[in-house]
Amino acid sequence: MTDNKRDFLQSLWDFFCSLKLTMSLLIGLALISIIGTIIPQGSLPPEYVQAISPAKLKLYKTLGFFDMYHSWWFILLLYLLTVNLVACSIKRLPHIWKTITNPVTIFNSALEKSLSGVTEFPHTGEAAVVKDRVAAFLKSEFAEPVVTESGGDWHLFAQKTPWCRLAVYCVHLSVIIIFIGAIIGSVFGYKGFVNIMEGEAVSKVMSRSNEEIDLGFSLRCEQFSVAHYASGAPKEFKSILTVLENGRPVPDYTNARVIVNDPLTYKGITFYQSSYGNAGNYFFTVSDLSGKNPVPVTIEGKSSVTLPDGSSLHVIEATRDVAEFAPGLSGPAAQVELHTANGKSESFVVYANHPELNLQHAQQHGGGPVIHYKGAQERMYTGLQVAKDPGVEVVWLGCLLMVIGIYAAFFMSHRRVWVRIQNGIVTIGGNASKNQAGFQLCLDRLASKLKSDLSGEEKP
Amino acid sequence: MTSSLLFNVTTFAYLVSMLLFFAFLASRAKTLGTAGMIAAYVGLLAQTVAIALRWKESYDMGVGHAPLSNLYESVVFFAWTIVLIYALLDIKYKYRVIGAFVMPFALLGMAWAQLGLNTGIEPLVPALQSNWLLYHVITCFLGYAAFAVACGISIMYLIKAAFETGGNGSSGGVIAMFPPIKVLDDLNYRAIMVGFPLLTLGIITGAAWANYAWGTYWSWDPKETWSLIVWFVYAAFLHARITKGWVGKRAAWLSIVGFAATIFCYLGVNLFLSGLHSYGGGK
Ligand code: HEM
Repeated sequence: MTDNKRDFLQSLWDFFCSLKLTMSLLIGLALISIIGTIIPQGSLPPEYVQAISPAKLKLYKTLGFFDMYHSWWFILLLYLLTVNLVACSIKRLPHIWKTITNPVTIFNSALEKSLSGVTEFPHTGEAAVVKDRVAAFLKSEFAEPVVTESGGDWHLFAQKTPWCRLAVYCVHLSVIIIFIGAIIGSVFGYKGFVNIMEGEAVSKVMSRSNEEIDLGFSLRCEQFSVAHYASGAPKEFKSILTVLENGRPVPDYTNARVIVNDPLTYKGITFYQSSYGNAGNYFFTVSDLSGKNPVPVTIEGKSSVTLPDGSSLHVIEATRDVAEFAPGLSGPAAQVELHTANGKSESFVVYANHPELNLQHAQQHGGGPVIHYKGAQERMYTGLQVAKDPGVEVVWLGCLLMVIGIYAAFFMSHRRVWVRIQNGIVTIGGNASKNQAGFQLCLDRLASKLKSDLSGEEKP
Repeated sequence: MTSSLLFNVTTFAYLVSMLLFFAFLASRAKTLGTAGMIAAYVGLLAQTVAIALRWKESYDMGVGHAPLSNLYESVVFFAWTIVLIYALLDIKYKYRVIGAFVMPFALLGMAWAQLGLNTGIEPLVPALQSNWLLYHVITCFLGYAAFAVACGISIMYLIKAAFETGGNGSSGGVIAMFPPIKVLDDLNYRAIMVGFPLLTLGIITGAAWANYAWGTYWSWDPKETWSLIVWFVYAAFLHARITKGWVGKRAAWLSIVGFAATIFCYLGVNLFLSGLHSYGGGK
């Protein structure tokens, strides 16, 4: 029984240490992640719900496909990856650690056999003197050697950047640190949203899960504006914001400018420009085709009003000067949508300075009501995204470690050189953890230089 | 001299280069290989100047920004990085044949950009007005280009491996010019060794930008997810070398799958899926 148990634990351990598991997890994650890029995530667009059969919809819902990156099975895969990573490291690290801290300093024949491209040449001097020369040579040409005497033979060992063998573990650790940062963010942080009217202040925002969150201070929108390029395309969305503590403006956070790509951060909470709108009133006059019976109509923000003939009207967008969009025309204009009582709906532009166009439209479209735009009392609001993420620094730390680790893992190499002085023969060999072929060239150069160094000093 | 004229020169030079490399493959005449390489260098130079000119032209138009802001500009930049990475490989290893498998990617990019995409210089929409755009796009595309080169090399690997196991390894004319199979495997690894850190940087700068602009460093939008998919595939490739049974042909296939995923991440996501990165969509 205990044997069985031990066998089981052993095979469980082997399972988590296996690189086959790593390959399966990496490729599996790659494949599974595709689902969430094809199926919409989060709140479903109504078109999608209509297009898909109810059975499928239910199946996908049960499987968690609509929020798959937070589903239990996806998170489970990430945990498996982490366990795999940790297990592999625990298994291999001691060996690597020993290679670094406790290097093989004796150049025996077993080691020699394991190296390729070992060079030998005879020397004529006293072994102890030659040893000193080789040591000095290695120190100036490669790295300071460790010198060991063993049975009258001398062994020299020198190495460069042994610690870069740890780089891979630094990369793996960084993956775990990033996970930790993400977990901190999801537990202690939140994402939210708030609309603020020009001139008004808020102290609460709405989180993604529709909970009210108290900021602990207030934020006032002083002004919101949109700038356009000459072509009419938007150039800049700008909010002027002031942070208030106990109703009083905070000096460094008064009239702060927030635009897209330039947010405002106060007390760890960041406000990003995200959307905007007009909640002001739009004014119209509606008459019949002959121009009789004009009635003033006021529409509040995005709401609809019912006209005398039973149709309903709402504003999609309005501008103070239509010339930007329609050269040749001028003055205020509004794009409106009209739903007639018999179920038809159409969207068109009505003008303040061009009543004839408004009339023309009505004549051409079934003689509905003639709508004249009279302008708006603008009341802009700014839409801000709100984020608090105390884990983000940890994530950046992980990213930094990852970049450094990957660089060291790929482009640095642990290089080792051994030299033995034995029975009038100097033997030199070495290896590198990366790019062995390139290192062999260096080693050959080193060996021939050492050879000429030793023979050159003996002659005079 | 305008940038669009120079871009035409570039496309033409890449076409010539590719044809010369093909002729080199068929005839095995060394001078053709050298000529192909020279054509590639001429194209690279013309394209470098053209990109710089386009940058300047955007300032002359009053909408100054780095030429990396729409699909046309990014495809052109992608072609540039492919040839750049290939040129570096050529300087270091001098395996001319590889050109026949890499230049078609660059030519395809240029031809598509010139013929199929809107070439106008446009002002930047607010979402792209950030220096992060530059860091993000440059690192991503250099990474993509290294993967393109690795993919070309992997195709060569598979062709050569198929011939060698077919038994007529030593005699096969064109195939004999390919570098030895071991070298191809090594070059594949080296190209990915360059690409992987760059892609990692690209993802990190993207996350940093997203955090800066939207307050979330990661939102699982399709483009982000696909870049992670690509990253997983190449991480698998790197670990394949340490795992028995996943080297050689399987590693070459992983490299090709990785590049296919890269291309989907770059183009497919914009064409077939929707998300935050719609700027590449040619709209
Ligand atoms: C399940 C998770 C993982 C496991 C078990 C794992 C395991 C390993 C092992 C055992 C090595 C070889 C170390 C050595 O040579 O002594 C290695 C290398 C490496 N790993 Fe991982 N790894 C995992 C995930 C990752 C991830 C997500 C990355 C992403 C960056 C990564 C990046 C690397 C790199 C860059 C190397 C060096 C490869 C080379 O030198 O060619 N690993 N990994």
